[in-house]
Amino acid sequence: MATDRLDALRGPVPPRPHDARAIAALAANPGCARRAVLDAAGIDKDSTARHLGFPAPFGQSRFAITRGDVFEAQVKANGCAGLLRLLREVLGLPIPLVAYHDAADVGAHLRHAHTRALIDRAARDSDDAGTFYDHPLLSLEIAGHTSYLEPDVVAFRLGGRFHIVEIKSFAVIDGQAEPAKVAAAARQAAVYVLALRRLVEELGHDPGRVSHEVILVCPENFANRPVATLVDVRRQLAVLRRQLARMTGVGDLVSGLPSGLTFDLAADADGVPTRPVAELAEAIGTVAARYAPECRSTCDMCLFCRDEARDEGSTDLLGRHVRDELGGVAGVDEALALAEGTRGPADGQEEIARLLRLADRLRAESLEPAR
Amino acid sequence: MTSRTSLAGTPQAEAGAVVAAVLADLPGHRGVVVDSPPGAGKSTLVVRAAGHIAETGDPLMIVAQTNEQVDDLIDRLAAEHPGLPIGRLSASAYRAPARLLAHGNVRVAAKVPDLGDPAVVVATADKWAWIGERTWPWAIVDEAYQMRSDKLLRIARNFERALFVGDPGQLDPFSVVDGDRWAGLSWDPVQSAVSVLLRHNPDLPVHRLPVSWRLPASAAPVVSEAFYPFTGFRAGTGPDDRSLRFTADGMRTSFDRALEEAAATGWALYELPERHTVRTDAEAVRAVALLATRLVQRAPVAVSERGEHPVGPDRIAVGAAHRDQVAAIRAAGVPPEITVDTANRLQGREYDVTIVLHPLSGRRDATAFHLESGRLCVLTSRHRHACVVVARAGIPELLDAHPSAEPVQLGVPVKFPDGWEANQSVLTHLAAHRVTP
Amino acid sequence: MSALTALARLRAVREGRAQPAATVRHCHIAEAPMVFIPLRMAGEAAAPLAAMIGTDPGSPRLLVVPQPRDRDLRFAFAAELAEVLLPYVEGFAKETETATRRGAEPYERCLSAPQVLVPNGQAAAFTGLLGRSTRFRRAEGPYPVHPSVPVLGRWLTFFAERAAYPGSSLLVSATDALALHWTSGQSGLEDANLAALLGWIDPPPGLTGLRAAQEAEDPLLWPPAGPATDPGFDNEVLAPAIEGYTRAPTARAVERVREAVRTQLEPTWRLVWRAAELLRGLPAGASVTRRWEYDRGAFTEFLGRVAEGGPPQARRDGAVAAASRLARMERARVSFDVQRAYDDPLIMAEYRLTGEAFAGEVIAADPEHTEGEGRSRKLRPLVTIRTVDPVRLAAGTAVGTPDRRGQEAELVATDGGEITLKITKGMGRGKTPSPGAVPAVGERVCYTSLTDDFQASASLPDPDLTPWTHGGPPEEWVPDDADAAEHWE
Repeated sequence: MATDRLDALRGPVPPRPHDARAIAALAANPGCARRAVLDAAGIDKDSTARHLGFPAPFGQSRFAITRGDVFEAQVKANGCAGLLRLLREVLGLPIPLVAYHDAADVGAHLRHAHTRALIDRAARDSDDAGTFYDHPLLSLEIAGHTSYLEPDVVAFRLGGRFHIVEIKSFAVIDGQAEPAKVAAAARQAAVYVLALRRLVEELGHDPGRVSHEVILVCPENFANRPVATLVDVRRQLAVLRRQLARMTGVGDLVSGLPSGLTFDLAADADGVPTRPVAELAEAIGTVAARYAPECRSTCDMCLFCRDEARDEGSTDLLGRHVRDELGGVAGVDEALALAEGTRGPADGQEEIARLLRLADRLRAESLEPAR
Repeated sequence: MTSRTSLAGTPQAEAGAVVAAVLADLPGHRGVVVDSPPGAGKSTLVVRAAGHIAETGDPLMIVAQTNEQVDDLIDRLAAEHPGLPIGRLSASAYRAPARLLAHGNVRVAAKVPDLGDPAVVVATADKWAWIGERTWPWAIVDEAYQMRSDKLLRIARNFERALFVGDPGQLDPFSVVDGDRWAGLSWDPVQSAVSVLLRHNPDLPVHRLPVSWRLPASAAPVVSEAFYPFTGFRAGTGPDDRSLRFTADGMRTSFDRALEEAAATGWALYELPERHTVRTDAEAVRAVALLATRLVQRAPVAVSERGEHPVGPDRIAVGAAHRDQVAAIRAAGVPPEITVDTANRLQGREYDVTIVLHPLSGRRDATAFHLESGRLCVLTSRHRHACVVVARAGIPELLDAHPSAEPVQLGVPVKFPDGWEANQSVLTHLAAHRVTP
Repeated sequence: MSALTALARLRAVREGRAQPAATVRHCHIAEAPMVFIPLRMAGEAAAPLAAMIGTDPGSPRLLVVPQPRDRDLRFAFAAELAEVLLPYVEGFAKETETATRRGAEPYERCLSAPQVLVPNGQAAAFTGLLGRSTRFRRAEGPYPVHPSVPVLGRWLTFFAERAAYPGSSLLVSATDALALHWTSGQSGLEDANLAALLGWIDPPPGLTGLRAAQEAEDPLLWPPAGPATDPGFDNEVLAPAIEGYTRAPTARAVERVREAVRTQLEPTWRLVWRAAELLRGLPAGASVTRRWEYDRGAFTEFLGRVAEGGPPQARRDGAVAAASRLARMERARVSFDVQRAYDDPLIMAEYRLTGEAFAGEVIAADPEHTEGEGRSRKLRPLVTIRTVDPVRLAAGTAVGTPDRRGQEAELVATDGGEITLKITKGMGRGKTPSPGAVPAVGERVCYTSLTDDFQASASLPDPDLTPWTHGGPPEEWVPDDADAAEHWE
């Protein structure tokens, strides 16, 4: 069973829950087998990278966290009163009566059941009143494990239709926001849309009632005043479905791994990892990574993999474009040897060798001191 | 899907109905848009609409995007309406081809007054932008989805009402500079003329031509599903209406097998072993050139609703994504009468058989350029009979490994189809027509 | 990205040092540029935290906002920034020359122009945001600010907008300028780190570029070049200092914040000046002066607009303004690419690689070849060149050459590696060519199909006549209190 193998890879710790952010990041580098295996096994990549001596460069500033919290609290104040005004604007609808339910009103263990009950009632309800559902605890099945999503989202129902409301503290200035941040928000929101659709469907309702248009709420210009924008996440949904389907296929990857292989950090009673670092590094090394410089913003393991690529003299280090330009030559030394003619091209390398030889000649000619 | 009932003339009738509806809408609206999938009779519509407007006695201006398109249009227009005086505005360096000058009703000049007073004046958008002295009551804008909106801004003062015709599935216009600054604006200058027009005038009628007369029954569903998933179209001909056969014997090489597969089914995927290569992959380039050469040697004959004719090299095209690939294919030795060009330049053109170097062949990572759905759409929708795609194995894996991190701009409508999905859809179909060396 | 730059990157990896990406300098570098290193408060769009600024590497001015969430303190910062920047900018108004333009009245153009040097692209973007957040302010009305603030906003916006024009040097990002001239042994993404990029280009003695770049990633050794600060610094140093100020806004508390941000800015300050020095060390490309002339022209024009008290730049371009800006940007893009290739054999090599240019030796020449008869007889010298470059130019293609810029030629025939050209323009009216006008046998020459003869774009409608296809005429912008009151807190 693939699940057993995955559990063995992880060791005797519970799988790390995937929050929406982590699930959204599954599509960041799908070609990387290492990441696929670590994610499917629910391994804590952050601790792993730290223990390997390559902590991820993802610090967060207190100022940014505070700013995010303050903004979210402000938007949700008084039962989302401010939010309601915005929704009226952006949906262009008169929103009659508004109710507010906080799914976090009950204990943590009951929250998921409570969410289900609330959504079920909402889906049955025929009245048109707008209703907010704050902190709904949604879940998604990832590679055989149920992951509960951090409930930092609001669902809004109006006229039988649900919208996911995503509150973010990056600014929308004159109608524009940083495209990378909007994309990240859209990917996360898609996770909630999908989870809510699956829940609605499980409850026997039409999943199409959950809109693919999410409502992104951000501060406008340089103030704290929120502004809402509709974001179409159909593309992100398609990517997410694809990635989740792939996760279930991770079994093929895992079955090829040596038996007895584990990435267990062997934490002691205090949770301090005791696994010899060299041993862990070797174990991780059995699953091939596909490093790209973009990993630096999406994967906890990035610096470990970069170091590994450096040791191997891999052209991956220089970026996807360079690697592509080199037409399949994977090593720095190999490519240089082809360029300088110190090595004859292997079968199938004639062309790239010719191109590199030409490039080498052109560079040499152009860098000659003035004729 | 609508079922094709017993009435054999249904697609024709349906297309005719669209043309009639467009013509009926014209007087009542400032603008009418007609979406035309590949080979759906866009030119026929333009020629008919032009004739219709000319009959009313109102002067008409026609806008196309390239000089070749202008010449093609005039050629058809002049042939179909021999009594109609047509003016062709051009840059002073332009030399009119003989086929235009052969029409007695066509006059060429660099300035409007030098044209006399023709019923119809045709020019490129670039040329029209310099014409400021007069306003026409009517305009037809051809290939409007390939026209950038800043060009429309420069010519919109020249007309009162306009019919915009084009194919939304082909390549979008682009700029060599970063246009992010204008993203989300309804008048974003790097968007197509039609998207800007419709954002400001959402109530304009939009018609769709539902039938492709070019694509055979083997291709229309494939192209429709991959590139027009929401609107769709179908073939105007049935599976038995078109056929392709060779009058010279083959030699049972893999090239022959690929050509025979394409002749029999409309498609072939000539698949080379998986390898990451430079862009001008010599093996793939050679395969494309040899396929083209072999195709001519096999003396193909096409049978269609228009009758039977030999497929000469002028009816064959080779398409690729990049200019250096085009140059490499040329250099590899393709019969000179065969058109070899990039997707951008093959837009709007039609051949009997096409041979395509797949944009993702030999790549390790797909870029946005390679994934752009319009590129593959152009390449796989130029043919009346058959299309041979040359690619290295491994494209499905490449797509599978493609990271999804495209930036998202607020206020910019999401464009469909997604290049990833479109590529996947076409490949799935091609997998059933695989021939390996 | 081409095989040439890929090769340069590979070689940089092996040599442990960046490789040249250009043989001459393609940007203008002023004798005394205004170096500007802004820092932003994390989590905020455009809340300035501090800036180091000045034209003398030995005496930077440090501007600090001890509590970046305080709106008044932010405007005080803006006023202080204006105090440094505006006199610098206005100083260039004094000396002018009379410039002529074809088909237009002669006009006055400033002899020189300001140049702002920032560490990276994000700093350039942040400059634009600072401009956006200050240019609509007003000195009177409900939320008055110092009169210099809206003027500062106009200038910051001007600089940031000019930076979008390829080849403009009014606002230069150090990482972008360096990457235009050197190729490092790391990825393009990593090149955005100024310290790492400079580590490759100019490693300290005893260190390889790789080691230097690795050290540069340690925020304790090399704080980020901004505008974002290091989260560790925010949490451990800056936050307590700002809290101290909030509890008791004393001079000592301000000093504590100042000293904290100084540690973050000083290393970058040195790096930006080092970048300027390295760039200045390259000989200027032949077209740099011409592009700088355009910059001076744009500066002079804007100077006039500010002097007349013109309105601030719009929030977003209207339809006509957008199309017009796009045309100018595209024109600048094409010119910059072509000019760089003509100025620099290493850039031209990119086009030789793709077959759009070739270099070789003249093996035959017929300098007195003519075409036509009688009065229309014209000098059309023929030149045959032998090249080993993979030429992909068809007969009939118009070509130019960096060696004789006034000339134009036409490719007559290619025969393997031998290419015959006919010089079609720039031969003058004489019956025989002037000495040296036609390349002689044995001379090495380079020809390319790249030319800078961009078609001027047709005129655009007046904004008041914006057609119905583009939403019709826009509403006129009238400054009102709401603009000035726009929160900045």
